[in-house]
Amino acid sequence: MTTTETPPLPTTGRRQVGDSVFAGAAKAAGILILVVLAGVAIFLVTEAAPAITAAPEDVPGGEGLAAYIGPLIFGTLLAAVIALVVATPLAVGIALFITYFAPRKLAQTLGYVVDLLAAIPSVVFGFWGIFALAPALVPLFGWLEDNLGFIPLFAGPASSTGRTMLTAGLVLAVMILPIISAISREVFRQAPALHQEAALALGATRWEMIKMAVLPYGRSGVIGGAMLGLGRALGETLAIALVLSVSGGITFNLISSGNPSTIAANIALNFPESTGLDVNTLIASGLALFVITLAVNMAARYVVNRRADFTE
Amino acid sequence: MAKRIEVSDLDIFYGNFKAVEGVNVSIEPRSVTALIGPSGCGKSTFLRSLNRMHEVIPGARVEGKVVMDGQNLYDPDTDPVAVRRQIGMVFQRPNPFPTMSIYDNVVAGVRLNGGRMKKSDTDAIVERSLQSANLWNEVKDRLDRPGAGLSGGQQQRLCIARAIAVEPQVLLMDEPCSALDPISTLAIEDLMTELKDRFTIVIVTHNLQQAARVSEQTGFFNLNGVGQPGRLIEFNPTEKIFSNPDVKATEDYISGRFG
Amino acid sequence: MSTPTPTAPSRPEAAPEFDLAAESGNRLPRFAGWGLFVLGALLAAAPTALLGWSTGLFVVLAIVVGTVVTWGVSRAVEGRRKSTDRLVTCLVSSAFAIAMVPLFSLVYTVVSNGVGRLDAEFFTSSMVGVIGEGGGAYHAIMGTLIVTALATLISVPIGVLTAIYLVEYGNRGRLSKWITFLVDVMTGIPSIVAGLFAYALFALLFGPGVRLGVAGAVALSVLMIPVVVRSVEEVLKLVPNELREAAYALGVPKWRTIIKVVLPTAAAGLGTGITLSIARVVGETAPLLITVGITTALNVNPFDGRMATLPVYAFYQLTQPGVPPEFGINRAWTAALLLIILVMALNLIARLISRVFAPKTNR
Repeated sequence: MTTTETPPLPTTGRRQVGDSVFAGAAKAAGILILVVLAGVAIFLVTEAAPAITAAPEDVPGGEGLAAYIGPLIFGTLLAAVIALVVATPLAVGIALFITYFAPRKLAQTLGYVVDLLAAIPSVVFGFWGIFALAPALVPLFGWLEDNLGFIPLFAGPASSTGRTMLTAGLVLAVMILPIISAISREVFRQAPALHQEAALALGATRWEMIKMAVLPYGRSGVIGGAMLGLGRALGETLAIALVLSVSGGITFNLISSGNPSTIAANIALNFPESTGLDVNTLIASGLALFVITLAVNMAARYVVNRRADFTE
Repeated sequence: MAKRIEVSDLDIFYGNFKAVEGVNVSIEPRSVTALIGPSGCGKSTFLRSLNRMHEVIPGARVEGKVVMDGQNLYDPDTDPVAVRRQIGMVFQRPNPFPTMSIYDNVVAGVRLNGGRMKKSDTDAIVERSLQSANLWNEVKDRLDRPGAGLSGGQQQRLCIARAIAVEPQVLLMDEPCSALDPISTLAIEDLMTELKDRFTIVIVTHNLQQAARVSEQTGFFNLNGVGQPGRLIEFNPTEKIFSNPDVKATEDYISGRFG
Repeated sequence: MSTPTPTAPSRPEAAPEFDLAAESGNRLPRFAGWGLFVLGALLAAAPTALLGWSTGLFVVLAIVVGTVVTWGVSRAVEGRRKSTDRLVTCLVSSAFAIAMVPLFSLVYTVVSNGVGRLDAEFFTSSMVGVIGEGGGAYHAIMGTLIVTALATLISVPIGVLTAIYLVEYGNRGRLSKWITFLVDVMTGIPSIVAGLFAYALFALLFGPGVRLGVAGAVALSVLMIPVVVRSVEEVLKLVPNELREAAYALGVPKWRTIIKVVLPTAAAGLGTGITLSIARVVGETAPLLITVGITTALNVNPFDGRMATLPVYAFYQLTQPGVPPEFGINRAWTAALLLIILVMALNLIARLISRVFAPKTNR
């Protein structure tokens, strides 16, 4: 080897060009996301402002913005809550089945199959809701009216098309099922194996092991997952727009054909034909939806992240 | 090639935690220097501070001077990337790039530094580096195979070939044999003995026999207690350390009384 | 429990310390679980056949009766603890079975209704001048491809760079925490709100009533970016730190390490994540409904007026089928089928990418 003199170590000016350009680009992209989210809020407020400041009689319906949006918010919440009530226990069951009960070799495949539900576009769920689910539920609605009609939820008269709030809620339930079950599966799988083995070593049956070592650990994860599902259900558009037969205002009657619409479905159905203040009103309702889902999602993230802090 | 490294009053921090304190040492060129000591005493941290790998960890920083060839490696104007080009490193676990072939792994340092090179030049580098790492005969027929397909010992020698392909002055080795079987370990030790003619080698090891076998100089690191910074207790020729150390703690460690 | 002392057994020496058979109690044979459930289901089949109940009712009844039979027999033979275990097994298995019903029903409905118009004409003609029979979705397919490609072009660089910032540069600082949080929030933005955002943005630029393909792409990007960020972030975190250190130790600058070592190592995961994020938005209807609108003729310029897209096409063919309605409705089903095929194909491709291009290691 010939001894060559080492070149002096280069200094700051020259070296950092590539690095600072690249780091700058990455940082700019991150900041862009903050800007976009701020933009969503700002543009929605800007475009909603004319409707908020307009005279009540100019707003569609003629009774002001609150009277217009109120029933929509009610409908949105009602459909989402039905979906949540139906989907959460099912999703937890599915998650437990896949993580602890299904044969090991099949488990992964079964997980994929459930995830397929998440891949189906919402407009297709709407098609299925109208043509398959709604007609299939008509006899059930009749039965509910005859036998449980004393409960206000099932007061009737039962819809003859099946396009009711309950149907819409069930379609939503199917749609949010994969979200809740995916998150539940994740937290169940992360339950410490040591605790599970300890429970089994004490002579627990499989269910007792799950009750002791898995469910307590996964509870807040499941709650967070359910709230994320709720967020999705609140904003779901096309399935509701297609399935729900809309007329009238606030009612708890789930099986009649007179239902309040939801914010998202109402926008989808009316936006293409709207002009002027109607557009601003719809955007104002979208702003309300944005605020509601934002609150739900932040709360959900808070619950999920608190769990993460707790376990790490 | 091969340069002396002078370390003076070096303190190493992780955030506010002082991991290593007050190291003063001169590392001789063209020799093997071994660093020994119990777990958590800061010898790996010290090794990583020699080529500024330490600061890759967020919050990690260094006070004091490390001088090679009259230049302070921690001068504010010095580019850590340039430092690492002069002072290469081999890690505890072999880490060939999984997306690259054996050939590409060897020239990775050269190519990733941005050099456009002729095929004949890179061919020469690959052969010379693999020869130096005693790996050429085993892999010369399958240079286009993935580097991750080799055995653990071969992978580690591939990593050594990769490190010496960029022709550094100094080679740092952080427990290079601890993940290997005895035969692979022997191969790496033989390799170190050959390489020390051309490079300054610093090796961290938990294996005292290994330190005794391969090194000329040995440094013993220790710490007074948990949460205390590690210190360089003794630095002497290896023979002296293992036969007649100056410090009692060194003797206790060598004779297996703790650590 | 006391620690057994080998010298002083608490029981007479002849008797074993414990009797496994007795401890195990009465046990049902191995396949009893499923056997009893099927028996119960068969009990439910009898009245179904006699009274002509619907399939849905039968499934519900079969699950209820099957569960009750399994639980009852187990309780009588095996005792409370084991019967509870079997009851839960039945319940969670049923939950899974119930979830499968809509999936299969949906796929069956869409395929059986949609396959009729899955012909050459559907792929080659638009809806220009079509009132009743015939017509196709060529213009809508092209529109979906263009708008989705444009959305991908916007989202992937932003998403990948953001993920790189979070993993490689952010150092868990305050900015990266905010970005992570807001990406999570963005994941939850309803698609219709994303559409309204894009509409509001373009209405401010071009005046009210604007409909542009690029506005749809922006709306889809709002939905797509967080998905890309999250998946790329996960993948980059999986790249072993040792590889980054190996490159640094060779004197490679950080940005080259990321481009030449980190990204190639993560390539399979990147491909999978990006493909899945495309699958996530390709079927989105609501944002396109309000930003892109619909046309009957082909328009391939996303910067000039309305375009047709497949989901919106399906929606309008169903809700405004024309006279007579059955032709429009058939086209709607075929468009829905095509959408499902598209999304499934993207999912399949994503799986293939992760399987084929995963780095080959022997670890």
